[in-house]
Amino acid sequence: MDTLTIIALIVSSSLFAATPLIFTALGGVFSEKSGVVNIGLEGLMIIGAFTAIVFNLTFDTTFGSATPWVALLAAMLAGGLLSLLHGVASIAFRADQVVSGVAINFLALGLSLFLVKLIYDKGQTDMIDSRFIKKDIPILSDIPVIGDIFFSGIATPTIWAFIIAFVSWFVLYKTPFGLRLRSVGEHPMAADTMGVNVAKTRYIAVFISGLLGGLGGAVYAQSISLDFSHATITGQGFMALAAMIFGKWHPLGAMGAAIFFGFAQSLSIVGSSIPFLDSIPAVYLLIAPYVLTILALAGFIGRADAPKASGTPYIKGNR
Amino acid sequence: MSKKWTVLAVPVISVLLGLLAGAIIMIASGNNPAAGYMALWNGAFGDSFYTGETLRQMTPYIFAGLAVAFAFRTGLFNIGVEGQLLVGWLASVWVGVAFVDLPKVIHLPLAISAGALAGALWGFIPGFLKARLRVHEVIVTIMMNYTALHVTNHFIRNVISDGSDATDVVNETASLRSPFLENITDFSSLHNGIYLAVIAAIIMWFMLEKTTLGYELRAVGYNQHASEYAGMNVNRNIILSMVISGAFAGIGGSMQGLGTFGNMFINSGFSGIGFDGIAVALLGGNTAIGVVLAALLFGALKVGSLNMPIESGVPNELVEIVIALIIFFVASSYMITWLLSRFKKKEAK
Repeated sequence: MDTLTIIALIVSSSLFAATPLIFTALGGVFSEKSGVVNIGLEGLMIIGAFTAIVFNLTFDTTFGSATPWVALLAAMLAGGLLSLLHGVASIAFRADQVVSGVAINFLALGLSLFLVKLIYDKGQTDMIDSRFIKKDIPILSDIPVIGDIFFSGIATPTIWAFIIAFVSWFVLYKTPFGLRLRSVGEHPMAADTMGVNVAKTRYIAVFISGLLGGLGGAVYAQSISLDFSHATITGQGFMALAAMIFGKWHPLGAMGAAIFFGFAQSLSIVGSSIPFLDSIPAVYLLIAPYVLTILALAGFIGRADAPKASGTPYIKGNR
Repeated sequence: MSKKWTVLAVPVISVLLGLLAGAIIMIASGNNPAAGYMALWNGAFGDSFYTGETLRQMTPYIFAGLAVAFAFRTGLFNIGVEGQLLVGWLASVWVGVAFVDLPKVIHLPLAISAGALAGALWGFIPGFLKARLRVHEVIVTIMMNYTALHVTNHFIRNVISDGSDATDVVNETASLRSPFLENITDFSSLHNGIYLAVIAAIIMWFMLEKTTLGYELRAVGYNQHASEYAGMNVNRNIILSMVISGAFAGIGGSMQGLGTFGNMFINSGFSGIGFDGIAVALLGGNTAIGVVLAALLFGALKVGSLNMPIESGVPNELVEIVIALIIFFVASSYMITWLLSRFKKKEAK
């Protein structure tokens, strides 16, 4: 393989692996910016993946080639609904948000596997027919060198991930709603005094994180795993959580971190076919995202600080 | 209502609500909840074999639960029990395989200590980062879990064995297997670890409630600033708490490696014991006796669930849903106590 092909292969597979992480990490950003810790991202991805696959298998004949896209909408809705449960527990019932998130993860896995057995009478679903595939982007892929590297073999959801990351940045930092959302996460009492409805804002933020988490799971299921079983989502949600922290709770940072983690993941898979990289044991590439996140938190790669009120329920009248 | 009563009421009501929700799900999916729960009961305590399996499942749950609970009492949330358990499992199996011709009185404690040490080391890192750099332990322990998963898999395949998917079985001198317990439970996989688990629970109770160290750890959990002002070394206590918690988790791994399985194999995902330990600790109110009781409940649910599809046609994942809901209800205990207090007010009128 010549260098150009190798680079193109790495970029293409990195972005492919990063796409679900970008969506889910953005979901995490929304939730945590509003002050609700969301360990349940993993569960939201599970329910998204499950819904997308079941929807895809059921309605493939109805929607034809549009099936994966309609399935994304269904998965987003499922993720949104499940996240509301987390919202109710952590906003209204003042539950420990980490514990509630753990419960969401258990619930999503249990519920989806229960339903898979109920619907299909076996432990895993069939493979889907309509899925997201890597395509060359017209015109842009014809640019010499750059076109081969960045615009060939890109799945359409990847482009959407970039767009949504920029939209998230705009919403969070350039709109009144984003300002309110961030203020609720930094100092809910001050926000409350200024007339911001803390509970409502947090519910909306958690719901958005559910939509995006479900989306991430659905994209993963319909582009990478192609079926649903207990082993479909194993840690991608936590990796998205890591990406969010590594990206310092910023939408574009989270996107960058997700791409980097996708890069590490794809290297661990395609690395064995690339000279020079095949001498590095896969274990280093596998643990890289997690070790880097710990280092980032420890301040070796710039200080990463969580939103101040993250993790604490807001109780009116308490100081 | 007295406070003591509420402490008991929340977990009991949570379990009942969880089982009730499970029954509703069974009805909604066209199954008979009575048959489903009967199958669950039979699968957990139906005969001596199933009882043995339940107790065997309870063993690592106790350790995982104690690990989570111990850290919790110092105000730390150790989600990393899963990873600490995996490295403990690996370390004790490694020692169990590597040494031959050691007498059992040395080899077995050595293998268990290796597990405890590995778990303690895995707990030390988040504890140190928390104490020195104020890094939140939840995120670090989650990342340590995945690191542990990949590192242990790497060691099994490339260091301990020669490219195989499992290690050798540990030598007899490091094994926790007990012919006596196997005989009285109709050859279930119950092993001597159950005794160690109960002893560990007593040790944790004693350490937390009856020693100066435990007093300090609990004080740090209640109020770091007050403890600091009283002259306690908060940072040292945080690290110590994570180390001890990790050691409990590591021994939980030894139970799997030296008892239940006798070896270690490549794990594509987590064993789940560590995460279930969170549920066990929460339901047990983070006390030693509570952890033992909750571990029995979850052990019975897990083992019993395997019988549900056979006897009643209910998918065994129903139990996962029930466990999730129990955690959810315990976490939302504010709601339960609020409802209880409302109930009481009405009565008083």
